[in-house]
Amino acid sequence: MPRITVHVDGTTYTDDVSARTLLVQYLREHLGRTGTVVGCDTSNCGACTVHLDGQSVKSCSVLAAQADGHEITTIEGLSGDGGQHPMQQAFHDNHALQCGFCTPGMIMQAVDLLSDTPEPDDQQIREGLEGNLCRCTGYQNIVRAVRDASRRMRAGAEAEHTGETPAPRSAEERTAQPTGGQS
Amino acid sequence: MTSTAEPELGRSRKRKEDARLVTGATRWTDNMALPGMMHLAVLRSPVAHARITSVDTSEARRMSGVRAVVTGTDIAADQGSLPCAWPITEDMRSPQAPPMAVDTVNFAGEAVAMVAARSAAEARDALDAIDVDYDDLPVVLDVESAAQPGSPLVHTELGTNRSATWTFDSAEAGTGGDVDRALADAEVRVERTFRQQRLIPAFMEPRSVLVDPTSEQITVYSATQVPHILRTMLAMSLGVDEHKIRVIAPDVGGGFGGKLQVTPEEVLTFLMARRLGCPVKWTETRSETMVSAHHGRDQVQRLALAARRDGTVTGLNVELLADMGAYLRLVTPGIPILGGLMFNSIYKFDSYRFTCTNVFTTKTPTDAYRGAGRPEATFAIERMMDELAAELDMDPLEVRRRNWIDRAEFPYTTVAGLTYDSGDYEAATGRAEELFGYRQLREEQARRRQRADTVQLGIGVSTFTEMCGLAPSRVLGSLSYGAGGWEHAQIRVLPTGKVELVTGVSPHGQGHVTAWSQLVADRIGVPFDDVEVLHGDTQISPRGMDTYGSRSLSVGGMAAVSATDRVIEKARRIAAHMLECSEDDLEFSAGRFGVRGTDRGTGISDVALAAFTAHDLPEGVEPNLDAEATFDPENFSFPHGTHLCAVEVDTDTGEVRIRSYVCVDDVGTVVNPLIVEGQVHGGLAQGIAQALFEEAVHDEDGTLTTATLADYLVPTAADLPEFTTDRTETRATSNQLGVKGVGEAGTIASTPAVVNAVVDAVRHFGVDDVRMPCSPQRVWRAIRGVRASSETAPEAGGGLGSMETGGFAGSEGDLR
Amino acid sequence: MIPAPFDYIAPSTVAEAVSALEEAGEDAKVLAGGQSLLPVLRMRMADPGVVVDLGGVTALRGVREEGGSLVIGSMTTHHDVMRDPLVHHHAKLLAQTARTVADPQVRHRGTFGGALVHADPAGDLAAPTLALDAEMVLAGPSGARVVRASEFFVDYFTTALDPAEVLVEVRFPMFTGWSAHYEKFNRVAQAWSVVGVAAAVRVEAGAIAEARVGLTNMGSTPVRALAVEQALLGRPATPEAIRHAARHATEGTSPVSDAGADIDYREHLAQVLTGRAVTAAAGV
Repeated sequence: MPRITVHVDGTTYTDDVSARTLLVQYLREHLGRTGTVVGCDTSNCGACTVHLDGQSVKSCSVLAAQADGHEITTIEGLSGDGGQHPMQQAFHDNHALQCGFCTPGMIMQAVDLLSDTPEPDDQQIREGLEGNLCRCTGYQNIVRAVRDASRRMRAGAEAEHTGETPAPRSAEERTAQPTGGQS
Repeated sequence: MTSTAEPELGRSRKRKEDARLVTGATRWTDNMALPGMMHLAVLRSPVAHARITSVDTSEARRMSGVRAVVTGTDIAADQGSLPCAWPITEDMRSPQAPPMAVDTVNFAGEAVAMVAARSAAEARDALDAIDVDYDDLPVVLDVESAAQPGSPLVHTELGTNRSATWTFDSAEAGTGGDVDRALADAEVRVERTFRQQRLIPAFMEPRSVLVDPTSEQITVYSATQVPHILRTMLAMSLGVDEHKIRVIAPDVGGGFGGKLQVTPEEVLTFLMARRLGCPVKWTETRSETMVSAHHGRDQVQRLALAARRDGTVTGLNVELLADMGAYLRLVTPGIPILGGLMFNSIYKFDSYRFTCTNVFTTKTPTDAYRGAGRPEATFAIERMMDELAAELDMDPLEVRRRNWIDRAEFPYTTVAGLTYDSGDYEAATGRAEELFGYRQLREEQARRRQRADTVQLGIGVSTFTEMCGLAPSRVLGSLSYGAGGWEHAQIRVLPTGKVELVTGVSPHGQGHVTAWSQLVADRIGVPFDDVEVLHGDTQISPRGMDTYGSRSLSVGGMAAVSATDRVIEKARRIAAHMLECSEDDLEFSAGRFGVRGTDRGTGISDVALAAFTAHDLPEGVEPNLDAEATFDPENFSFPHGTHLCAVEVDTDTGEVRIRSYVCVDDVGTVVNPLIVEGQVHGGLAQGIAQALFEEAVHDEDGTLTTATLADYLVPTAADLPEFTTDRTETRATSNQLGVKGVGEAGTIASTPAVVNAVVDAVRHFGVDDVRMPCSPQRVWRAIRGVRASSETAPEAGGGLGSMETGGFAGSEGDLR
Repeated sequence: MIPAPFDYIAPSTVAEAVSALEEAGEDAKVLAGGQSLLPVLRMRMADPGVVVDLGGVTALRGVREEGGSLVIGSMTTHHDVMRDPLVHHHAKLLAQTARTVADPQVRHRGTFGGALVHADPAGDLAAPTLALDAEMVLAGPSGARVVRASEFFVDYFTTALDPAEVLVEVRFPMFTGWSAHYEKFNRVAQAWSVVGVAAAVRVEAGAIAEARVGLTNMGSTPVRALAVEQALLGRPATPEAIRHAARHATEGTSPVSDAGADIDYREHLAQVLTGRAVTAAAGV
């Protein structure tokens, strides 16, 4: 049984897990982080998307053992301070969710998209979300929300000069980051 | 600035529901774990039709963590038969529908054994150790041959695969003329056969059931649209006392009709929990959803339309074969019948006949899927109207204009006997034409044709209506439905003036908590945030008929409104007493009772507190303002709209791209425009998906080959266009709010708009139909005129989808 | 959704990986990015006793220039391949293709080598790898060997890799200054290619001086469209001339009929898409 140490939403956990445990199962069943959900078994729906060392991954397609030594951010830790991330606010403001089941994965992927492409056009947004299925919204309001969040986060980045909110990472910083842990 | 609050009705309130959903603080059934809980896994038949000759569970029973392994034989005496609440005819043939197969399996995916174990992994492992022997029976897959005498039978004991035949004939009903005569006398006849492919609802949250037998009531948590129906049906079909069952629908991740069901797994989990005396949870994998949750659509539609040369339709004859799959689930037989009164749509046809034969096959049962019967009807008639236009070389909008009910003619009783209360097809169509740029697109189409462009433009029209707001109980009774269509609401005004609204509808994404808060805040005059909406638990919400069929607002919302009226009535008496005036002297507005002609008055929360303290109440007045009401509509409501779609067809590859999509819907009065627009968007996506992408395909052995989301093509954001939506508004007269319902509109209207556009783009090649989904290959073949054209093997896969080879869409990258 | 139990080994060198594989024999599976393997395990379509995770073998990751070749480590992710400046400069076709693979999340985890070894005929990266005449460097119990791409892809989901071998890296000749395009035809954004065409060309004075064309899903392995390449040589870089040459796209292919397309439609698509891919690559 592999022993793993992972940092999830700011907390460090050390556990013995069976090798076959998927990261999403570890998050939900061992850590009680049930905000991240499972929608399919073929990696198509993207509902289980989390960030692994700052990059979006489908947590159904990562073994818990592969996350050893890495940092995981889930929808529950996205805002950090218990408030809401601009993307979460934008989803609310633009009615970008109905049943809400795809929403955690959609938001996590949308955040990843903006950290790669801070000012995406609609086509880039749609393609950036092609790994996430939503059955309720027809995606239109999700696209609106991402557009809106992009505006807010850039405004937030400017505000950072006044020392208030953290700026989103630029594409350059992002690619320069070590992407440890991905195979 | 005045202090007058913005009216709640018609206001785009952002949803109360969102805060938990965007932060992951959710209560999906699968999130729950109870002390001592066992995990249930279900073994399913890999074959479509077979006798079970033996089931060996001995090895599975010995495996680590396994508490129980149960087969159909083990529970044959207890499991009852899954309910079908809609016997459409007196002589309908309905087989026994055991939740778990006992000696015969009738579709691939049917449950044959189940394991309860300490962990989900151990339960899953034990399934692999169960050995089932099957003795194959002939599969019955094609609905047309299944309906023929001499076909192998699904249920031998029934002696036929035909379950029932339901007819409506306007000549017999006295609502119109004789179709046969109309067809015989027709100046123009159009005959077509359309295939409504089988679809999978594909709600995003897989189903999950948790049954806790460790209290006085057995508590059933289920990802269901219908907690109230589930409770009653569990009681009836298992012979358990209804008052000993509590059903809770916690957060539910979408349904689209797919969770309007009493499922085998709900019963099986219930039986296992009762057997073990501990909580038991079952959560399906997506692959299980695909084969075992009910499917939708699946009809063969044969239509003949009679018209005069001027475009006036004189008669329509519809013959349907509807594929039931292997069993009749909750409302399976009634689904095509819901479309039976809708084929005449918005038009004034002289004569109409509808005949539907329901047929068994060895496939997953069908049942409600968004629109349920009405998308099928709308598709068929809207395709026929375009075909008639082509036949007459007339603009498709003009053909519709010549036949539709004029705005001055409402209320109008149709050839199918329904009375449409209101509508304005001219207004919606005019607005849609304007937004779409209809003329300009027609001109561009002509230019592209002339130039023989590789990319051809097609324009598709769909002017639709639907009957929704299910439903007047009397009408449901006349259609032999097993229940009424009323809805219930209760309002509790708390001592501090906050309000709880209990509703019998059961939202799973529709935003009812927000919309109902608006309704109540508006009527009682309390702030929006002071209203809590309670639902989805039979202990909290004792009476309800749940959520489906675009009924929640027009029926459930009306119940809430009626309850507010009673609250105000009760409060008025106490207020009059407090203000020492006559009730007649009081006027109620914005939450305040004022004495006419004075500045004296009191707020509703003061009245609530006075009622609570009860120190000084008028004689015979009870110490609260609470009230309840049940609403049963007089009539259905009839939303309508005009949808226009422009597609570009790449004639080299057959690929279809939606260039623009405009819809103008009339859903009556709107409570929350933001929510209404969202419902339209989502509906459009599902309707477009039927037109272009989705199809449940079975191979010759009856195995579902589109059994994963890699093979069943649910569109992504990158596959759908931006929609232009707008509304016109004519009030429904069948309810005080004037609302009509919007949940299904987009789905119903969009499918024919898209297919009409595809056919229009390539009609000059001689194409007059492309079977759904209009895949590139089918479109290419249609253009090529290859005879096999739209009748080649059904296709749906984008992935290799082959279990043997291990191909999976959207995932590349392991070494070896 | 729950894989069958297996033992998990996480070596940190290629040698450790090879010896783990040798010891486990046929019962082992290599885990690279896991974006195909994990779904297969979850669905219990494979049931290995041992999974050898290459994630900790850092030497397998990264892109470099070496001895006149562009070298891509097998564990380099699709995301990194599509962003890598060296790849853009010397093998643009790979970058163009990598960005069409699956979706962003999968591209963050899925690996270049993993996709090639999986050898799904509908996988996108094999066709450009073949067209660019890559060499695969394999490490096994008896040392390293090099296999040309044309001999590496053997059949459906089958490569020349022996059970105890690991794909270390893939070496490409330099295609500096070539332009390229991957034309992917699929039903929805997430779906596998019905047919895909990888094209790289070098245009000189308005004519096609050199061309490489590879086809995805036109047989049990990727197919190099040699006849098209030949037909393009020296032809003017015009849509008409390219379309003419693209008619040869079906030569040497052996497509099958499946849920996605019948043979004749695939053949037709191969021709149309080859024309489009080359035209786009040539920028005309």
